[in-house]
Amino acid sequence: MTDIADRQKLSYIAAQAADARLNVELETEGMTLNIGPQHPATHGTLRIIVRLDGEQVIWAEPSAGYMHRGYEKLTEVRTFPQVTALVNRIDWLGSFANEVPFILAAEKLMEIEAPPRAQHIRTILFELSRIANVSLFLGDLGVQLGAVTPVFMAFRDREHVLNLIESVTGGRFHPNFDRIGGLKDDLPAGFITECKQVMKKLRNFCDEMEDLLFGNEIFQSRLRGIGVIPAEVAKQYGLSGANLRASGVDWDLRRDQSLPLAYDKVEWKVWTHPDGDSFARCWIRLQETREATKIVDQLLDTMPAGPVMAKVPRIIKVPEGEAWVSTENPLGEMGYYVVSKGDLGPFRVKIRSASFNNVSIVPWVLRGVYVPDVISILASLYFILGDIDR
Amino acid sequence: MANKPQVPGLLKGLGVTAKTMAQTLKPKKFGGGAATVQYPHEKETPPIRARGVIALREDNCTACMLCARSCPDWCIYIEGHKELAPPRRAGGAPRKVNKLDRFDIDYALCMYCGICVEVCPFDALFWSPEYEYSEPKIADLLHDKIKLGEWMETVPEAPELEAGAEKKKGK
Amino acid sequence: MNLAVTIPYWGQSLLRVLGGTVAVLLPAGTIVYLFLFKMMSFMQSRLGPMEAGPYGSMQLFAEVGKWLQKEDITPARADKRVFRAAPLIVLVSTFLLVAVVPFGPDAYFTQFDAGIFYMLAVSSISTLGILMAGWSSANKYSLLGGLRAAGQLIAYELPMVLSVLGVVIQAGTMNLQTIVLKQNSDSIFGFDGLGYPYIATQFVGFLVFMIAVQAELTQTPFDMPIAESELVSGYMTEYSGFRFLIFFIAEFATAGVFALIASVLFLGGWGIPFSWFGWDSVDSIDNWMNVAGPLVMITKMMVLAGIIMWVRFSYPRFREDQLQRFAWKVLIPVSLINIMLTAIFKVAF
Repeated sequence: MTDIADRQKLSYIAAQAADARLNVELETEGMTLNIGPQHPATHGTLRIIVRLDGEQVIWAEPSAGYMHRGYEKLTEVRTFPQVTALVNRIDWLGSFANEVPFILAAEKLMEIEAPPRAQHIRTILFELSRIANVSLFLGDLGVQLGAVTPVFMAFRDREHVLNLIESVTGGRFHPNFDRIGGLKDDLPAGFITECKQVMKKLRNFCDEMEDLLFGNEIFQSRLRGIGVIPAEVAKQYGLSGANLRASGVDWDLRRDQSLPLAYDKVEWKVWTHPDGDSFARCWIRLQETREATKIVDQLLDTMPAGPVMAKVPRIIKVPEGEAWVSTENPLGEMGYYVVSKGDLGPFRVKIRSASFNNVSIVPWVLRGVYVPDVISILASLYFILGDIDR
Repeated sequence: MANKPQVPGLLKGLGVTAKTMAQTLKPKKFGGGAATVQYPHEKETPPIRARGVIALREDNCTACMLCARSCPDWCIYIEGHKELAPPRRAGGAPRKVNKLDRFDIDYALCMYCGICVEVCPFDALFWSPEYEYSEPKIADLLHDKIKLGEWMETVPEAPELEAGAEKKKGK
Repeated sequence: MNLAVTIPYWGQSLLRVLGGTVAVLLPAGTIVYLFLFKMMSFMQSRLGPMEAGPYGSMQLFAEVGKWLQKEDITPARADKRVFRAAPLIVLVSTFLLVAVVPFGPDAYFTQFDAGIFYMLAVSSISTLGILMAGWSSANKYSLLGGLRAAGQLIAYELPMVLSVLGVVIQAGTMNLQTIVLKQNSDSIFGFDGLGYPYIATQFVGFLVFMIAVQAELTQTPFDMPIAESELVSGYMTEYSGFRFLIFFIAEFATAGVFALIASVLFLGGWGIPFSWFGWDSVDSIDNWMNVAGPLVMITKMMVLAGIIMWVRFSYPRFREDQLQRFAWKVLIPVSLINIMLTAIFKVAF
């Protein structure tokens, strides 16, 4: 790990030196390339301004905000039940996961706790949305690196997960299913058997991805040793989620904090990787998809009986106070800081979304790499534009 | 995580695509076929709970405005007036009831969150999984109460719940 | 026995032009439909185009119609003449290539002794067209794509030439027709049931040739010049309408022509082993081979093109420096060793 980090550092220094030397001696001019706002590699409208010397990046800067929708402000003029419908749209691929920390924060303020069955189902849906999100990442990774087939396989198998989510919540992408004090409804009959079959399919999908992409020598040569982020740098830039674990930091909020979710009732493993390069980041996500299917399987087996809704008043007024809850979302740590003044809606909500912090490392990590690696590094950092701009 | 030998990685990739092709070409009878559905010719049935379109049972609506107020993007338009209805029992005083004049949902604005269906205290709004109502003109997506009433035919029964669930009252 | 004796020269020329057009467009269309539309879809567990014609077989005509309708846009700051000429130059190289490919004992457009030499020379014309397209588009992505393409195509020209040299040494001629005849009339250790396709002894050469073809065609493991996820569409970014269509046709037609050439050089071309019918020289070949030959040839071509496309749909792409390293450090040494071994064996036996 250290020698890769050293290499990264050396190439950074060399790039700077080359830049200075070229500019002084030959007076060559770099080329400024705008990757985005409309570009096939940015998952939306992220703009990355890079200065190139040939094909080498000497300076890079992400420019966010092209899709800013002002959710923090919008929540101030909505009631608490309405907010979940909005925050679905932040990370649109794993939308149920966006609701959970907000609802948990509200429940913390109201000092109620969802019944155990609701916690179980919540965790299942949380993990399902993680699978839906990360499986698409695995496919999209192939597209970014020029392989067309994986993305269709990802869409094929994500479809099963989305069907599951739809059969429970009624919405494929925007479930809006979490309620303060529990869930909107219980699981429909036949869900458990169907879900188990789908989890089997997803594990099969992971195996296929391993054969098609991760075992491929071209793929490995594209990602190994590229975009190395040492653990200290990752921490300094506030990376979270798989990006941080790929740098060797053993940190997972699902395990490290005790929230009213059912993670402590199942056996699972937090994967870390010592390398911190692009390959590690992708590999960690593959393993996490597998791990998530196992978590779902175990939760389905240990489903407790009971109600899915605690006793809450029909019109929800959250008592005065402040609460911060963050969870381990598919993209990393996502948290809500909710300030309530005792009204129907929150007074102020601060949303900490994972992607915003994850892309903040882009200027550091892109220095001295080549244009093709820009794409593979951005792909492996994995951001979703809704999660950056909110 | 051991380094795999040089050739198998590349060949395995070819194997995966070949296997998928064989699976797609296998006749449907033997569990093969594509993952896709040829849409206009064959259709998938959405699950019972799918949020396709909102149906209105007009008789139950009292124009209480709860749905219109709770809608996060204010896409429900309700107008009503009070009317005197004949008394329930003979000789009683005539009752005052709310009559619905206008109940429009603008599906161009609606974000299908389902809050209106949930807050309705009189069981007047329902979800239907129907999804084929796209229009060439965006203004036609404004469904009035007659059209919303027509969707009632497509509303399915609520699904059975999974074992261990507590039966809920109502919808 | 020569078919063309009774036809005047202008008639022959007309026939050849028509034949050349068919020989370029038909394989291109078939490859696009069979592999790009259908095989790719099946590999991604979908059905591909199904609406236009039975099983979507008319889809290609619909696509062509769509492209022809589109506006032919030339960017304001582009070098207009160069920009407009570039796709034609790429296509011309394909037509020139197909001219030396023999399809049957008499069914060829032209044949001369420096056939392979001509083929290798002509195939690099497309590099010029691509570089022109990239340079004249006045677009940074196009420029990067064009430069990458130029570097890559030049780099892979060498292993291609070197891998073909093995065949040339073994056959002792550069005439493609003679190479086909030799492959079908020779025998392996006295067993003549299969003829003597050069893939048997030149397998390394065949592999190198196919890899180089893949790179020359900028198909996926080597599609850095197009690289749609980073360079939008490389040198083709600014093209629209029928000029894009020409690039598109040229891409798949060249795939077809290279597959034809590979089948000529390594798989025995249009021929079937002559011992099956007791032929011993060119003149004794029955005339029906002029019809059957092209069919045999196209079958072989489709297999090779299928492999090219299969690889294309399964693999991610190399980085520019990696693929250059692969060409210079792996393919060229391997093909040089192959040439040396071939030469030694040729002298020894």
